[in-house]
Amino acid sequence: MGYPAPPMSTRAESAQSKRRVIITGNGPVSGFGVGMEPLWKGLCAGESAIRPITSFDPSGFISTAAAMVTPEQLDIRTIVPKNYRKATKVMARDIEIAVAAAASAVHSARLTTRGTAEGVTPTIAPQRVGCHIGAGLIPADSDELASAMLSCRDAQGGFDPGEWGRTGMANLTPLWLLKYLPNMLACHVTIIHDCQGPSNTLTCAEASGGLSIGESMRVIRRGDADACLSGGAESKVNYMGLLRQTFAHRLAPVPTGADGCAAVRPFDDAAQGTVLGEGGGILITEAFESAHARGAHAIAELVGFAARQCSCIDTVGVDLCGADEDIACAIEAALHDGAVRADEIDAIVPFGSGIPNVDAAEAKALRAIFGDRTSTIPLITLAPQIGICGAGTSALSVSVAAQCLLMQQLPARLSTVSSAQLQVDAVARSSRHHALGTILVTTTGMGGQSVALVLRRMT
Amino acid sequence: MNARADRSPSERVVVTGMGWVTPLGHDLETVWSALMRGASGMAPITRFDARTFPTTFAAEVKNFDVTPLLQDPASHRNAGINSQFALGAASQAWRQAELATKSPRNPRRVGIYLGAGEGVIDTPNYLSANLRAWNAETGKTDGVRWAKIGHELMNAAREIEQEPNMPLAHIAKEFGARGPAYNCLTACAASTQAIGEASSILRGGEADVMIAGGAHTMIHVLGVTGFNRLTALSTSTGDPSKASCPFDLGRGGFVMGEGAGMVILETLEHAQSRGAKPLAELIGFGSSADSYRITDIEPTGRGAAAAMLQALAQAGIDPHGRRSDGRPLVDYISAHGTGTKENDSIETLAVKRVFGDLAKEIPMSSVKSMLGHLIAAAGAVEFITCVMAIHRGMLPPTINYTTPDPQCDLDYVANTPRAAKVQTCLSNSFGFGGQNDTVCVTAFDE
Repeated sequence: MGYPAPPMSTRAESAQSKRRVIITGNGPVSGFGVGMEPLWKGLCAGESAIRPITSFDPSGFISTAAAMVTPEQLDIRTIVPKNYRKATKVMARDIEIAVAAAASAVHSARLTTRGTAEGVTPTIAPQRVGCHIGAGLIPADSDELASAMLSCRDAQGGFDPGEWGRTGMANLTPLWLLKYLPNMLACHVTIIHDCQGPSNTLTCAEASGGLSIGESMRVIRRGDADACLSGGAESKVNYMGLLRQTFAHRLAPVPTGADGCAAVRPFDDAAQGTVLGEGGGILITEAFESAHARGAHAIAELVGFAARQCSCIDTVGVDLCGADEDIACAIEAALHDGAVRADEIDAIVPFGSGIPNVDAAEAKALRAIFGDRTSTIPLITLAPQIGICGAGTSALSVSVAAQCLLMQQLPARLSTVSSAQLQVDAVARSSRHHALGTILVTTTGMGGQSVALVLRRMT
Repeated sequence: MNARADRSPSERVVVTGMGWVTPLGHDLETVWSALMRGASGMAPITRFDARTFPTTFAAEVKNFDVTPLLQDPASHRNAGINSQFALGAASQAWRQAELATKSPRNPRRVGIYLGAGEGVIDTPNYLSANLRAWNAETGKTDGVRWAKIGHELMNAAREIEQEPNMPLAHIAKEFGARGPAYNCLTACAASTQAIGEASSILRGGEADVMIAGGAHTMIHVLGVTGFNRLTALSTSTGDPSKASCPFDLGRGGFVMGEGAGMVILETLEHAQSRGAKPLAELIGFGSSADSYRITDIEPTGRGAAAAMLQALAQAGIDPHGRRSDGRPLVDYISAHGTGTKENDSIETLAVKRVFGDLAKEIPMSSVKSMLGHLIAAAGAVEFITCVMAIHRGMLPPTINYTTPDPQCDLDYVANTPRAAKVQTCLSNSFGFGGQNDTVCVTAFDE
């Protein structure tokens, strides 16, 4: 498969010539709340944040459950600096999650920024701080849009563009568009924390967060920044999000009153689809030498990264049958980038969505890399606990992988009853201590972009 | 990053193919000759009835059919309009780079980095669903009704095509590209950023070839609504062809365009190994954030200047240096030049911040005066105009320039194209929200 790997000596040289990148701050937002503490507690206790959707009546959709971040968990006005509160009015849900995750990451890394203390010298010069945050397609708020359009109905009750141009559109707040531009996640975060270095917004569905972390690694390695806020965030728990995921055949049926957690069964013989979550994660990624110089606490090292496009039989990457070769290629390239051997991988955070064709492609790819060992490498499957969080998904995977390395512990796994067909270690079991030196994270999003990252324990 | 002089052929990034779909045509020569005539792509909007909107005109792509360009039209039968633009531009670039006949070494080392926008909303059905699901009694949307109407009115292909990574998926399918694949969406800076990061991926040895560029259209009801509410669009009631007037005292906002620009980038080593002809060399890329306000550009031009300085540093160019014949080291700047009050004066300030006294000697024009603003696709199209300027020794003009603005006091190549010796160019793109990107491209010299 793929192109022949260079001999080990070349690998070691290529790894040595790159600047090392470490994680010094970890800010997840999930259905368990803001920050690592509630997430880790929930994951290890074997709890699930998936609940019936309460923000609207979901009974007309195939899935009525999701892992949501509640208003009690995330009150955006208390998270931003006082002088930034006005701007929270133009933050869509996805932006709120990213801003909360960034605040949590900055706090975790014990950084001083404009966002933590106005007027105080920041820990890292703003020109040397980049920001890469993956984002999804943010739909307009239906209540806001519909109430603006009420006076613009034609005789059949449909939309009348003439009246909309004359009077209707003026009902929308002037900054309406800015609530929904995907790059506003990064823009608010760069403004709050004064990040003046390279900044990007990657929009590759569930791969976005991992690709953003990889891009931060590339930017730091080439010397254009010393630290980056890196990750992704999204909420698809809204009408358009649910409808589009339904159209893409990704959701497990969860009728009203059914157990949402039990419906999502990663790698299970009887898997039927996934359940959505709101969330994301932002990490502080940092050049080893400058982090070391400032006495930063190192959580884990990001040693390898690679991205590949899958060959998709349906063009659009909803059906990933046959994509296993490309997923394996991404994993192989990430191992090569980090000069890590496949037999050094102690655990894997897969996409593990419970979507049958995607799980099958992923399991086949793992077998191509890890051979018979595939059935015994512990998989860390997060979907039954926090759902699949769109562009935040792979960022949350990296966030949890880093925490596992730090704590030398595997979280609990839920829901999966038997993975006999795919022959991976994914069946439900409780959390346990486990020696973890190196963890692989892999995600392949809708559209076929596959990303793999390798994290190593800091010693 | 190695300084330019030290780069080996595997670290040098060259352009070997280019293509575009724009409001002034769908192939390199047609569009370039239109730009050399100072033509305008603006006309009344035809995509929807915009007669009552504050802005009634845009620069639309006309009479474009992607099918004859495709190897495998069946795989793209559901392609949205932005994916069609992307495929059209990428097909031209792929052809010019002779990738069909002089194949790349390995399809897994052919990557894609796009800055493509989201697809077009299924406007009538989407808006009707929202209207019909409204519950007047509660003053809220009725979720059950919305779900029922949504499932009935909308369809899967149309919705999936709106995901911003779909142009990327279509291009990957068409050309069998299986290398590193990204789509970024940093508003108006996206495709410049895509080209810049693609060059970084090539230099890092992660790929041999990158298809890079962008595609976008926001000429639809909610797109025009959004920019009208922000008061960013020209609302001129006169001749639409005169409405986009960057750097002019009377400028009143940008004019929406649409389309795509795509380039083939590859390492010099790979281009040489397959006998491809380099058209130009990409020597520098800079990216920065304003970190100022979501609605306003940082007023001193700090962020824009940072992107330009970083691109110049990577290119190994001293902004204050001169050649032996006295000319500045940069021959032309393709401005972001949107035609909004704020952008054009601050971009001017930023260029002066970077080049000091030399700024007035460096011509800088905005093809947005002719093509409109292609939003996410703008940067890639403007990058291609730079390469064309290098090849043809001609600078595209800023048309509709009649009244100088004291705050915009540089050489904007007013109204008519100009013959010039063009070796090295900068192309600027600045996104709403403060993400800034600049690339530096130069004539290829072994």
